Amino acid sequence: MSDISPEKIRELKLIANKIRELTIKMVYAAQSGHPGGSLSAAEIFAVLYFHEMNVDPKNPEWEERDRFVLSKGHASPAYYAALALRGFFSEEELVSFRKLSSRLQGHPSLMVPGVDMCTGSLGQGLSAAIGMALAAKLDGKSYKVYALLGDGEIEEGNIWEAAMTAATRKLDNLIAIVDRNKIQLDDFTDKMVILDPLEEKWNAFGWRVLSINGHDVVQIIRALEVAKEVDGRPTVIIAHTVKGKGVSYMENTAKYHGKPPQDEEEYNKALKEIEEERREI
Amino acid sequence: MKWEYESPRKAYGETLVELGKEREDIVVLDADLSTSTKTAMFGKKFPERFFNLGLQEQNMMGIAAGLARSGKTVFTSSFAVFATGRAYDQVRQSIAYPRLNVKIVATHGGVTVGEDGASHQMIEDIGLMCGLPNFRVIVPVDSNEVRRVIRFVAYEYGPFYVRLTRPSLPNITSKDDEFIFGRGAVLKDGDDITLIATGIEVSYALLAAERLEKDGISAAVVNMSTIKPIDKDLIIKYARKTGAIVTAEDHNIYNGLGSRVAEVLVENYPVRMLRVGMPDKFGRSGKWNELLKYYEMDDAGIYNAAKKLLEVKK
Repeated sequence: MSDISPEKIRELKLIANKIRELTIKMVYAAQSGHPGGSLSAAEIFAVLYFHEMNVDPKNPEWEERDRFVLSKGHASPAYYAALALRGFFSEEELVSFRKLSSRLQGHPSLMVPGVDMCTGSLGQGLSAAIGMALAAKLDGKSYKVYALLGDGEIEEGNIWEAAMTAATRKLDNLIAIVDRNKIQLDDFTDKMVILDPLEEKWNAFGWRVLSINGHDVVQIIRALEVAKEVDGRPTVIIAHTVKGKGVSYMENTAKYHGKPPQDEEEYNKALKEIEEERREI
Repeated sequence: MKWEYESPRKAYGETLVELGKEREDIVVLDADLSTSTKTAMFGKKFPERFFNLGLQEQNMMGIAAGLARSGKTVFTSSFAVFATGRAYDQVRQSIAYPRLNVKIVATHGGVTVGEDGASHQMIEDIGLMCGLPNFRVIVPVDSNEVRRVIRFVAYEYGPFYVRLTRPSLPNITSKDDEFIFGRGAVLKDGDDITLIATGIEVSYALLAAERLEKDGISAAVVNMSTIKPIDKDLIIKYARKTGAIVTAEDHNIYNGLGSRVAEVLVENYPVRMLRVGMPDKFGRSGKWNELLKYYEMDDAGIYNAAKKLLEVKK
């Protein structure tokens, strides 16, 4: 395992914190969008784009790049924030999110530099990631394909079709991450569909399964290191997270799955809490 | 008329094999129907570029998108009912919206699937696929045209839906004819009425025109292989020329060729028309040619529709 310096850990935490701040600013400016599942995935985005993935913001279509599919497309605020911070486009552009003149569509679209796949209709991104992983094998390329899935999303049958095929095709260049924040639009996932034992399910479908705290950047880094030790299986990282993480009134509730702060008071409170979190890093 | 009959599916499989030799970037996907769709011919020749994914049409369309996004030219095949209806949202979100280089070539379109019955007789697919932005829709008239169309879509970037039928088709066009995308072909000229048909219905339109000639009615016959974009100019030209149009398709009369033609007429040059096709009903089991007769979609059906229309026109 590689050494991870305390500075690197701090940097990644600060980026996750910045992604949270930008997420709140984007959804508030747009008066729409999905903060809950963006906030839960902030550390995952920070590690992927600032530690893990081999991408080139100056050349977003670089053929050797690692691919990323945001299968849970509604986490677009956090995704766009990560892309902007990484340099794919300017941070100023972020507040145009969801507006008519903007490239930053409500859900990821190929108009946005750095986006590898259109997503938004849940359950489909893992299939696209399989296609990219198969193409890498066909072309003898060493890039990896990452897909971020929501836990509500995996209620879709298409995901399990894809899960079986990825294992059948021995796609050890494919890494899925499930943002296990336990809440979907209407309610807690387990009140809608019982997903547990989730780790065992993926294992039974032929995947190597790693279970981590999805807010701990070191655990995310270590899990991704293990995922890249090729053993003929695709890897899924079950990242246990908190929906709405970092904004007290958004945490552990379905209410802010797809709603911005409701007024200026809520908006300022969210930013203040994120600022406090930053100071503690 | 004397025609040679040939399987359009076999023509598809053979053309895929030729293309596979020419182009390294071509990959083919199927969902456990490869011996029927004839993609197995490609699979035998190029096993490393052939992915038979099992019964996963939705997953297949997503995988097709991922392969296309990585630079592959992707052909995906299944029966029309599964390739479009079953996987519609995946086709919409993952292929049409990002405008990826995926060719959906579906076999077993229409009621002429025959004995399998309504569950397998896809009569809505042309409507579904024409409604999708970025998709272009082609229904080849015969096996010679299948070869040209498959070749054309392989070399033209972006999403296409190509609809094939199960039965062997008479070769109406010759091997040397040209396929011009977006253009209808006048197979027989005429002055009194125009029969615009697509796919398997074209040969019946020709037979109907022959019968009409015997009654002293001069009927033009148009093969409309490209349903989207449709050949507006030709439709308007023949509306002006003959003042009456009958459309014929192995598809629901809603949202298919007839609807496309009606849209062009109403917006440009309204003349009376009648649509021959499935009358907004699910089909049933039977031999494919018996079914065409049963639903009045054979030459007699088209002939009767033309006579009826000419009565009204008077």
